[in-house]
Amino acid sequence: MLNQTDISWLIGGPQGSGVESGANIFSRACAAMGYEVFGKREFYSNIKGEHSYFVVRISSNAIHSNINDITMMAAFDAETVFRHTDGVIKNGAIIYDSDLVATKVDEVHTLDDFFKERLVKYLDSKNKPHTIQGILDIAQERGVNLFPISFRNVLSTMADEANNPRLKGMVRMFNVLGVAFSLGVFGMPPETLLSSIDVIFAKKKAIAELNKQAANYAYNYAAAKFPNFANHLKPIEKKSGNLLVQGYQGTALGKMACGCRFQPYYPITPASDESVYLESNEILEVKENRPGSTVVVQTEDEISAMGMTIGGALTGARSATCTSGPGFSLMAEALGWAGINEVPIVITLYQRSGPSTGLPTRHGQDDLMCTVYAGHGEFPKIVYASGDIEESFYDTGRCFNYADVYQVPVIHMMDKFLASSVVTCKRFDSDKITINRGKLLDKIEGEYKRFELVPDGISPRSKLGLENGIFWNTGDESDEYGHISEDPELRIKMMDKRFSKLDYALDTIPKEEQAVSFGVFDYCVISWGSAKGPILDAIDMLKKENINIGFIQIKLLHPFPTAYVKSLLKNAKTIIDIEANQTGQLGILLKQNLEQGPDYYILKYTGRAMTSTELYDSLKNILANKAEKRQVLTHGA
Amino acid sequence: MALKIGDYKTEVHNDWCPGCGDFGIVNAIQMALSEMQIPRHKAAIFSGIGCSGKTSHFINVYGVHTLHGRVLTFAQGAKLANPEMTIIAAGGDGDGLGIGAGHFVAAGRRNLDLTYIIFNNGVYGLTKGQASPTLRLGEKTKSLPSPNTNYNVNPIGLAIASGFTFVARGYAYDVRHLKDLIIAAVRHKGLAFLDVLQPCPTYNDINTRDWYSGMDRIDEAQKQHSRIYKLEDTGYDPTVHYDSEPELNEKLTQALIKSLEWDTKIPTGVFYKNEIISQYERRIMDKIPNYMENPPSAQVISANGKPTTDISKILDSMSV
Repeated sequence: MLNQTDISWLIGGPQGSGVESGANIFSRACAAMGYEVFGKREFYSNIKGEHSYFVVRISSNAIHSNINDITMMAAFDAETVFRHTDGVIKNGAIIYDSDLVATKVDEVHTLDDFFKERLVKYLDSKNKPHTIQGILDIAQERGVNLFPISFRNVLSTMADEANNPRLKGMVRMFNVLGVAFSLGVFGMPPETLLSSIDVIFAKKKAIAELNKQAANYAYNYAAAKFPNFANHLKPIEKKSGNLLVQGYQGTALGKMACGCRFQPYYPITPASDESVYLESNEILEVKENRPGSTVVVQTEDEISAMGMTIGGALTGARSATCTSGPGFSLMAEALGWAGINEVPIVITLYQRSGPSTGLPTRHGQDDLMCTVYAGHGEFPKIVYASGDIEESFYDTGRCFNYADVYQVPVIHMMDKFLASSVVTCKRFDSDKITINRGKLLDKIEGEYKRFELVPDGISPRSKLGLENGIFWNTGDESDEYGHISEDPELRIKMMDKRFSKLDYALDTIPKEEQAVSFGVFDYCVISWGSAKGPILDAIDMLKKENINIGFIQIKLLHPFPTAYVKSLLKNAKTIIDIEANQTGQLGILLKQNLEQGPDYYILKYTGRAMTSTELYDSLKNILANKAEKRQVLTHGA
Repeated sequence: MALKIGDYKTEVHNDWCPGCGDFGIVNAIQMALSEMQIPRHKAAIFSGIGCSGKTSHFINVYGVHTLHGRVLTFAQGAKLANPEMTIIAAGGDGDGLGIGAGHFVAAGRRNLDLTYIIFNNGVYGLTKGQASPTLRLGEKTKSLPSPNTNYNVNPIGLAIASGFTFVARGYAYDVRHLKDLIIAAVRHKGLAFLDVLQPCPTYNDINTRDWYSGMDRIDEAQKQHSRIYKLEDTGYDPTVHYDSEPELNEKLTQALIKSLEWDTKIPTGVFYKNEIISQYERRIMDKIPNYMENPPSAQVISANGKPTTDISKILDSMSV
């Protein structure tokens, strides 16, 4: 039975064919009709030709993740049909290019051998030919509605009717046709479609007009041809003040708001979108003042990005860089330098699946241990993780405050799942951000010692250019002025001074910033980062069956808030660790700090984000006492 | 009150080997700062790792002793965030042309307004004398187990090819001349590179002070012929005077040819100077017009603990 208020729509096609802009138009149109949107993009490490797809879930209720079931798929190439037809549910719909039905599995060169082998086996088991028609037949037999449309014919008729022969060859508009056909079949009012195209192509007016013309025609064509799809979408009451946000915009807008003014970076997926966005908005409006700006510098490598970030921070400017695992590995040496020199910097780390290049465009949460232990030697740092895009805006402000107040490098953990999601969320409110520069000095009189041994371990901080504030930095151990010293007794004092800041941080960072409890019951999930969304949705599904599962989201991962987490978990009998890696890294931290590990693990390391459906199933297994200690999730192409 | 050379000295004990060329370079930097009367808090010395890395501790201005090979990255970051600072980066030849060679090239392409001094002695002193990138192929300095198997980097040529807009060479034992070169480098509008020949008395027994001064080159009249000469004494004009390709190519080519001279005739002085190529700061101003008066370090970001940046227009564009 289809649920009218919870629909998942998939669009797929070769990379470079506009899958993403198609999905953005669809998402925006649905959001404009009042729906909550949660979309996620999957793509290969490739520029043109490999398969990419976008799943957009829309609902009248709050949603935080994708589900397994696809209600409607729009496919303008053969690979999308081969890869995703099986995910479309009974009574769901497949809109596909009818010119492709004879395409054979072997003719799709971008299908990899592993998938091809599974596909052929599957088609053989159902006695179907190895063609698009074969796979569609199976879908039809299990009750999926097929909506064949010749994309080329539509273009050509439209071109004739509009007396515009240019339209005929515009295969680049297949993406927009796919979206328009879908919304036509959904019976949705076309106005939001057209206004969304205006927004998405705001900088290309002529292209917007052409696409609107095509979309309008395609919409009417599909609505007239297939009026009977059971699942019609109607506008619903709109929540005011919602934003439609791309994943990387949360931290970028957070940086603008909280005063990050310098960001060197080196291009890497999926982190560079944030830096490019910052640069695209480099001039900033400032209340009652002249315009400000973010100086964004593309460096020659991540080592340079890190060195420059530190150099910028030494001048008193809030400075950050943004990277992913391979780049972070390169930054490790300089991270230690920032640690021993007590330099406040923020490293926004959009994790992807490693090791090495790993799955470079896929999701993973496998850098937790790497960040906690990054860099040789011992030095204090803070590792902080956001669970969703809305949080990431406010957390960015927190991370800069931690950096300034405790004078440590802060690693703000994000990931690919968050980076390539598109969601509706409440409008970001800058007034909820506080800016605390800690002991940064504006004026100095008398003798100054940058690393003065003070009781709370945090010495007043000068900045390059400040009169009477001259200091020295060195990666060597140093005295209070910052000059090299290898004295054994001073070494103890300086090491202890630096490490005392971590205790101080645990004492002074508000508990609700350290970890968030969504309720504690006998069965309690612990997790961190982007697993939050699917966990919340899975718990919600169970709640509808009157099953209560607790959830503790740990945000401060280093220093580990042992006492607080212990108190939160006091009444939990069974602890379930959910995270996107192979080894259960949060579980390891838990064992280290609480001397009690999780009872169960639900792990995913295919590079694809968890769906709430598969978490729901795994949690049910645990509740039914049928689960192995370690369940591994596999959903997603 | 005028600042004296002594005001730019710290009391930190200097543990370089007796006779080290590094002393001359530090003296020349201090003399240059004093002559230019740069307020101590307006200057910063960034240094790399190795003997030369300790330089920042001996000079009484902001001193940032960074990581091996990375000095230019830290220095450029600081300059970008606070362009008012006078920044001198210092490091060894292994530091800047070996592990840091990528940053050297990238810095040239940017052309920020700062000065980079390489203490060039042909060896890795602090790790006991391994071959550095500037040591010639086949040369065997005293602690090498066998002759050097790598061809040498040409620092002047690399700087020119990378886009440095002021390229010069000094000699650590000609402190006055070196001081003048440092002043010219600091005053240059753009990225200045100074290759300083700096004998390592402990590990480089080939390019010694005596070798540079030509002790082995004594003619029949018992006259010693120094290997080192000054380009300015030969009427050499390093400056690109106007914006034309032939002019640029001529000045680049003559500098490259000069950079190849070695062994019996080693040029010092300014090889190349070009203020026509835009500074990086200028390129930022093309995008951010008020960058120089309101750079990252000067910006007001909060009032009473609350952000003053107004992102509401951006948020409006994302509203649905």
